[in-house]
Amino acid sequence: MKQADRHIDSSTTVIEARGLTKKFGDFIATNAITLDVYRGEIFGFLGANGAGKTTAMRMLCGLSVPTSGTATIAGFDVYRQREEIKKNIGYMSQKFSLYDDLTVLENIQFFGGIYGLTNEQIKNKGKDLVTRLGLANEANRLVATLPLGWKQKLAFSVAILHDPQIVFLDEPTGGVDPVTRRQFWELIYSAADSGVTVFVTTHYMDEAEYCNRISIMVDGSIEALDEPSRLKHQFNASSMEEVFYVLARGARRSE
Amino acid sequence: MIELKELTKTYGKEKKVAVDRVSFSVETGELFGLIGPDGAGKTSIFRMLTTLLLPDGGSATVDRNDIVKDYRAIRNSVGYMPGKFSLYQDLTVSENLNFFATVFGTTIDENYELIKDIYVQIEKFSDRRAGKLSGGMKQKLALCCALIHKPKVLFLDEPTTGVDPVSRREFWDMLARLKQQSITILVSTPYMDEANRCDRIALIQEGQILAIDTPGKLTSSYGDALLAVKTKNMYALLKALPSYPSTINSYAFGEYAHVAVRDNRPEALQQWLTGEGFEGTEVIAANVTVEDVFIKLLGKNKTHRAEK
Repeated sequence: MKQADRHIDSSTTVIEARGLTKKFGDFIATNAITLDVYRGEIFGFLGANGAGKTTAMRMLCGLSVPTSGTATIAGFDVYRQREEIKKNIGYMSQKFSLYDDLTVLENIQFFGGIYGLTNEQIKNKGKDLVTRLGLANEANRLVATLPLGWKQKLAFSVAILHDPQIVFLDEPTGGVDPVTRRQFWELIYSAADSGVTVFVTTHYMDEAEYCNRISIMVDGSIEALDEPSRLKHQFNASSMEEVFYVLARGARRSE
Repeated sequence: MIELKELTKTYGKEKKVAVDRVSFSVETGELFGLIGPDGAGKTSIFRMLTTLLLPDGGSATVDRNDIVKDYRAIRNSVGYMPGKFSLYQDLTVSENLNFFATVFGTTIDENYELIKDIYVQIEKFSDRRAGKLSGGMKQKLALCCALIHKPKVLFLDEPTTGVDPVSRREFWDMLARLKQQSITILVSTPYMDEANRCDRIALIQEGQILAIDTPGKLTSSYGDALLAVKTKNMYALLKALPSYPSTINSYAFGEYAHVAVRDNRPEALQQWLTGEGFEGTEVIAANVTVEDVFIKLLGKNKTHRAEK
């Protein structure tokens, strides 16, 4: 058995951006970013606060129309097929992911319904999901009463309930203990292993190392894009934190 | 300077315990870190020490003043930067600073030396409304406002949460400079890598202190042999490591996986991995970090609770 990065299928590009740009008046929030992300890849999208990550993510999710440049997400065009993009991606942010005043099962039903799953599918997937996460006894509990770590795991699972090609995670692990954080990453690895592309932002530099490749944005542009080990080599740094520091300390923008 | 004895806080009718008989003390001029995840009780401790919340048990003093009886004295002598931005969003930078100085009966000029290093970085925005500042700028302004009355003790509740690594590093540099002015600082953070910037730290989880010591002593008393393993497919490695006969615990750690083992020979693990079909593996002795200590203590704590 040869152990390699067998889950990454570099012949299938699921995110393809060329010179993608977004301006707000004179302000260039995202400046001509170009990147390819492959099927089954875990891609870390890093940058200082205010570097333009959120604007870029919103364009890739079909929520914001670019000013110029091109991009296809899961094969769909970011200008003309934004509704198709939304159907083929999952999204989870630290700020909002689940409804606190619905139960675990109700959240699953709600999001399953939004994504157009049949009642049969929702029932089966819901049962499967709560069992897999060890939440079977909590299925009828309000999400508000769950520990943060469980909420995050549930939110991630709900974000991929409709088998999207890509899942976007915006700082998914903030505030949880180191053990729970690692359990969350096991879910990410497992999803990537089954062919889902994971596009993730984080401020934890050790998490950047868990990614197959990462990009670092500074003042609207992508300043570096490669495998973590190669970036460390390139910048003669012992950790991603150092790489980040070298690139971002000269940043002029901060949000 | 700060002393907690069995300090306890419960919430609601069910008496849910948020802070569970917490005791520790912080020396004058010390930079003390309270390190743990959301919900560990960090904010409740801060709010009790700053006299904004009454304890349900135990006691605490700040600069020898009791947090219940002497709340007025404490409010005059401490600076508090809450986790949530709590300055006036519709006042400008300089108006906010002026406001806080006036409330404490002082002026910006009187204590300018103390905040100078930080304030010069936001001075050019002095006419901008606080609500329009970036995250890093807000953080700097909040620190200035907490310092302007020259407090003896500074309470900083998660000042670096959600802040990028560059701003985090700069913030800790600022704290190091404040420490030189012999201000006592109690700071909380969920980032384990920031522990090394503190003189001493307390690791906290679910309202209970797991350990208190200097970062150096905590890591040197880890107890188990810890190996670091690197290979191309981390996910496969993480799935395989628990079945290595000598494994006590294993988990991802940056580009490596960390494995606590009974048999501390790297070559033995390397050989086993080769037998399992892994190629190009690297096994070395790991540098124990505060995060490793926390993970070990969490495991112990859970087992302990399960036994109860």
